[in-house]
Amino acid sequence: MSRIEKRFKEIKAKKKKAFIAYICAGDPDLATTKRLVLEFDKAGVDIIELGVPFSDPLADGPTIQRASQRALKKRVNLPKIFLLIKELRKNTEMPLVLMIYYNLIYDYGVNKFVRDAKGSGADGVIVPDLIPEEADELVFVSRAYDFNTIFLAAPTSTKERIRLIANKSTGFIYYVSLTGVTGARKSLSGHVREHIREIKHITKKPICVGFGVSTPKQVRQLSRFCDGVIVGSAIINKLEKNIKNKNRAIKEAAAFVKSLAKGVK
Amino acid sequence: MRPDKKGYFGDFGGKYIPETLMAALKELTNEYEKAKSNKHFKKELDYYLREYAGRPTSLYFAKNLTKALGGAKIYLKREDLCHTGAHKINNTLGQGLLAVKMKKPRIIAETGAGQHGVATAAVGALFGLKCDVYMGTEDIKRQSLNVFRMKLLGARVFPVSSGSKTLKDATNEAIRDWVTNVRTTHYIIGSVVGPHPYPAMVRDFQAVIGEETKAQLKAVKVKEPDYLVACVGGGSNSIGLFHPFFKSKAKFIGVEAAGISIKSGKHAATMLKGRVGILHGSKSFLLQDKDGQVQVAHSISAGLDYPGVGPEHSYYKDTKRAKYVSVTDKEALAGFKLLSETEGIIPALESAHAISYLRRLARRTKKSQVIVVCLSGRGDKDIDIVKEII
Repeated sequence: MSRIEKRFKEIKAKKKKAFIAYICAGDPDLATTKRLVLEFDKAGVDIIELGVPFSDPLADGPTIQRASQRALKKRVNLPKIFLLIKELRKNTEMPLVLMIYYNLIYDYGVNKFVRDAKGSGADGVIVPDLIPEEADELVFVSRAYDFNTIFLAAPTSTKERIRLIANKSTGFIYYVSLTGVTGARKSLSGHVREHIREIKHITKKPICVGFGVSTPKQVRQLSRFCDGVIVGSAIINKLEKNIKNKNRAIKEAAAFVKSLAKGVK
Repeated sequence: MRPDKKGYFGDFGGKYIPETLMAALKELTNEYEKAKSNKHFKKELDYYLREYAGRPTSLYFAKNLTKALGGAKIYLKREDLCHTGAHKINNTLGQGLLAVKMKKPRIIAETGAGQHGVATAAVGALFGLKCDVYMGTEDIKRQSLNVFRMKLLGARVFPVSSGSKTLKDATNEAIRDWVTNVRTTHYIIGSVVGPHPYPAMVRDFQAVIGEETKAQLKAVKVKEPDYLVACVGGGSNSIGLFHPFFKSKAKFIGVEAAGISIKSGKHAATMLKGRVGILHGSKSFLLQDKDGQVQVAHSISAGLDYPGVGPEHSYYKDTKRAKYVSVTDKEALAGFKLLSETEGIIPALESAHAISYLRRLARRTKKSQVIVVCLSGRGDKDIDIVKEII
């Protein structure tokens, strides 16, 4: 059982929901990322999504685009991120999921990617531009390494596609709350609840909702009918505000994350 | 050839996109498959190509250019004579009609040189569709005439200032818009790139170039051309010319932009310097750094300034069906001047790359041989750039 699966089991036993935080690895540098993960662990985060910066993040809005650019300026790449995870594993059992565009996996080599990611202590992967139909190799290799593959389901996904996505997903299923890119939004679509109810009929795997979620109130609302809530851009916005003062940035981001995590407790 | 069921030409193509777009791609695939075998659709498209776009375009024997270069007979496929000034209208008319059939009230496009943007804006006006075009701020600067034309045609032009500020980032932004407004919007991709079915569909709409060429060569008693030459950015005018000759013995030559020089690293020679990767929805050759980050391309011509290439071209390269060469900014300018002075035709800077390559090719050919070059667009849009340099 992976750290992710174990975490969901624990959360379920307590009749609670998961809070998942996204940060971009290397934004603004890897040392800050390391401190953020450890602080978030204390702040009540259940799973961390570590974004791997990419030059062309076409599923991301302006906030995460800027985070990626800051990380790329520091020449952050997969080998450096694997080293970071290895370091982190000395201090935390926090489930870590890599959020990464497919070109970076393909170019690194699918088999090598899964082996090195797992070897470093990462638990799974989310690929925003990879649909299950194109993921045979990644899924096959990941099963061999007991590495979780988390696919995304969208408001436009048909029942047939949800079945496929659920079938190929391990750990959890990432439900995209809206048609659009990542980024904080003021209000959430009313259809989320209905659609998740439908998905629950199809699969028993945990369903976590992300994209557009930005306030403790939204986290609380969503957590009533899904298994976990994911926040990314809103956290990065907090970091960005104090990007020049790292201590303050980490402190404020951790405080914000704590308030978000309370929403699911 | 047809791509396989999953949308692959050999190892290249596929669908590497966010899940949100899958429903739209399926709808588009169905609509396009229906349209392809529908006589009424074909008749309607033919009507617009003929009456609106001005097809067929002539296949002009460039006597003076032939003489100046002293080799094979050179024919120019005059896509520059199309309405809006380039071959791009062939595709936008086809996709525009599909958008109407799918009842999408809005179309969006990315554009580099602005030719695809103008062709999309024209079709938006023609079919009564709301039209928004994404264009890099760098390209807005160097192709300002086309920006004004798009606006005159009723389109909104959204400047894109991220990344390279050129075609690559305009495409990212168009995809983000599409993901957001997928239920009401059809994305008219301007080249043979993107997820399946775009590469095959755009190719089919552009194949009119090669089909006409075939018939026109027959009329002047040329059984088979020896060489087909066209510039390659994403690769739509070249595939359009090549595709109908796939089974012939004609040699295909795709001319990429070598920018300042290949050595300088400032180029757009994807086939020469790229390795296989994934960008904008498909697997194909791609300019990338050692970490798999997409590199910024460079070319004097905004339409060739792209780090990727259509998957069918990658298949042609892989199977050696086509040869890919490159021409620098400087050489392209020489081609630009050459055609202007010998034939009185000002080519687009994109097409000038193909013309320029003839200087190398012609001397290796016999006078009895035939070269067809796709003159993909006219150069009015480039006058300011060239004025500054020459």
